[in-house]
Amino acid sequence: MPKPEILDPQGQAVAGALARLGVNGVESVRQGKHFELEVDETVDEETLERIAATLLANPVIEDWTVRQQA
Amino acid sequence: MSRIGVITFPGSLDDVDAQRAVRYAGAEPVALWHADPDLHGVDAVVVPGGFSYGDYLRAGAIASLAPIMTEVLGAVARGLPVLGICNGFQILCEARLLPGALARNTGLHFVCRDQRLRVESTATAWTSAYTPGQEILVPLKSGEGRYVADAATVDRLEAEGRVVFRYLGGNPNGAVGDIAGISSADGRVVGLMPHPEHAIDPLYGPSADGLGVFASMVQAVAAA
Repeated sequence: MPKPEILDPQGQAVAGALARLGVNGVESVRQGKHFELEVDETVDEETLERIAATLLANPVIEDWTVRQQA
Repeated sequence: MSRIGVITFPGSLDDVDAQRAVRYAGAEPVALWHADPDLHGVDAVVVPGGFSYGDYLRAGAIASLAPIMTEVLGAVARGLPVLGICNGFQILCEARLLPGALARNTGLHFVCRDQRLRVESTATAWTSAYTPGQEILVPLKSGEGRYVADAATVDRLEAEGRVVFRYLGGNPNGAVGDIAGISSADGRVVGLMPHPEHAIDPLYGPSADGLGVFASMVQAVAAA
């Protein structure tokens, strides 16, 4: 996700479109990315964190969370 | 004659114009290939504009991990001058050779226009041929050209004179501080969003103002 202090004009455009759709009550929209990785048991949490920090996200402008599902 | 490498990635567009600009400035352009981890002994490297790897993931993200970039990183540590133009600037930021990042233009539109710039620093390998404060006109064509960095980084760049080019006549993309281009601490690595390689001859571009970037490089290599 773009960091809170980074202006997200795409999210703003989505928020504007929602208003035109007649949806009220959406105060703001922020747009990010979602990656699904299938991994074997050798890939631990630390590796996933490294993958996120070095390639999937740009730490200069984006925050991220890693979630594992069985 | 100095030899200046121009890297071609899948999706590079402006590599041929960059080679032509190198030739106009009196140097020999050397075509470098993204998958070939060899700089072929060049004196400097230009990372050109375009849409490397289709801008997949983030603009410049995949290209920053290309085999030739490993060589570039090592050579920069030894003082190799590197210029990143547009997508090349994005690649240099993704490779952490320059601080900050390039984000989607504030207005969400792809901006394509002749852009006035002020040369804020002539203390780099790529701007020494200009006079400080010189105003130049070169094309700008980008959708993700909004330079962003945290406040501490921007303050440091300003204080150290590392803002090299600044937009004039209105900010085209929302870049912080109207920043169009920056340099590394030693002034050897420069990145900018506008395209000096498209403005080397009034017959083909809005001016010949961009030629100074490449002429600076030729001078720097000759002096080294």
